[in-house]
Amino acid sequence: MTRRRVVVTGLGATTPLGGDVTTTWAGLLAGKSGVRSLTEDWAQTIPVTFAARVAVEPAEQMERVELRRLDRSEQFGMIASREAWKDAGSPEIDRERLGVVVASGIGGVTTLLEQYDILNTKGARLVSPHTVPMLMPNGPAANIGLELKAQAGIHTPVSACASGAEAIGYAFEMIRNNRADIVVTGGVEAACHALPMAAFAAMKALSTRNDDPARASRPYDLNRDGFVLGEGGAILVLEEFEHAKARGATIYCEIAGQGLSSDGYHIAAPDPSGAGVQRAVKFALRDAELTTADIVHLNAHATSTPAGDVAEANALRAALGNDADHVAVSATKSMTGHLLGGAGAIESVFIVKTLQDRMAPPTINIDELDPAVTVDVVRDKPRALPAGDIAALNDSFGFGGHNVVLVFKSL
Amino acid sequence: MALAQADVLAGLKEIVEEVAGIPAASVEMDKNFTDDLDVDSLSMVEVVVAAEERFGVKIPDESVTDLVTVADAVNFIVNASK
Repeated sequence: MTRRRVVVTGLGATTPLGGDVTTTWAGLLAGKSGVRSLTEDWAQTIPVTFAARVAVEPAEQMERVELRRLDRSEQFGMIASREAWKDAGSPEIDRERLGVVVASGIGGVTTLLEQYDILNTKGARLVSPHTVPMLMPNGPAANIGLELKAQAGIHTPVSACASGAEAIGYAFEMIRNNRADIVVTGGVEAACHALPMAAFAAMKALSTRNDDPARASRPYDLNRDGFVLGEGGAILVLEEFEHAKARGATIYCEIAGQGLSSDGYHIAAPDPSGAGVQRAVKFALRDAELTTADIVHLNAHATSTPAGDVAEANALRAALGNDADHVAVSATKSMTGHLLGGAGAIESVFIVKTLQDRMAPPTINIDELDPAVTVDVVRDKPRALPAGDIAALNDSFGFGGHNVVLVFKSL
Repeated sequence: MALAQADVLAGLKEIVEEVAGIPAASVEMDKNFTDDLDVDSLSMVEVVVAAEERFGVKIPDESVTDLVTVADAVNFIVNASK
């Protein structure tokens, strides 16, 4: 029996660059930054006073009653999934063949903290009965699944900043293994709150460039000083190839494989040898039945931390060898900030758009390229990609040593 | 002093609209919270807590299951305010 193939038939997103995919993608190609100073009073109580908030508040895109029953991360999920489902043509499907796999790195952390404040100031009686469904990390997936009446399974893999990519990989396997014909998948994050920001700052993980927020996220720049927290969500509709063709769906591209590994090195620091990343790349290419020669683009994890960017670049150089010379590497967190559990999902959406337009987005804010970075970085302006059959990689890594590599292929 | 039935109904209409998004006009005495107004068990908890705050009464958890219709809730609150 031939292997079931998986294609992308729908996209949705709400990001620091726009309330939908079209606006976000235009902003990305234009090299815009979505990073801004925070206006909340609490921002002045923590060492970092900026983040990449979504460009369009959920209140502008949803009904009031729905808003109050959903955590902000769930709101992002609903907004992005509605766009993606519509983009896929709102397919008629046997709901027992429809799945949802949507991840979040931290879950409903703002709900948890706000309700804890209510408990302390007003007492247990006023704690919202919606608290648990709002704070559970599987809440975004569950709410999307409920709206679409998905019955093939609803899942939420959690692997910190690799969560979004791992979700897409899980969805890919659900279709390939014949558990589902369509899976709505992606990642969300809404952690712009004093506690998570203070906590990341305590790890010295965040940029402290408070005087110049739009220039703070600078992957591969010699003077990068940490990542910028972003928020938002991105959703892809994955579909079995024959199923998509039979209903006349518009097909963006194919997801051809995934590679997974773990470092076994440190809870937060990247393994400087990059061995885990190299294995994930190797497994992904083998799974996709491709070689390094086929890869023309990579949307990097590159968060703008001093250690992480170089460790990743070295690992990619080692995994791709001389073929790295024809891989256009984009670090889009320079514009969106780091969406944590949403990162692998929004960057997958970017790869799908990159393959569609044959245009790799730029990496902004590189004043002086770190000489230790030995990959071909797309700087400042988008770069055209070759015609013909091309493939691209998305790599995502999470605290805990999780490595996920996804392979996308033009059709 | 006991609250007037009409005042309680008016207040309850506002609460149900705020909590569950049901238009106040459709919150009538004979309506069933679950079947007619689509107020689920979680939202019912919110309605009860908001009603306690607004009307200054206690609605014990064991009584909440008896509040099937809007009239049940209005009458309970009126009696509790006596």
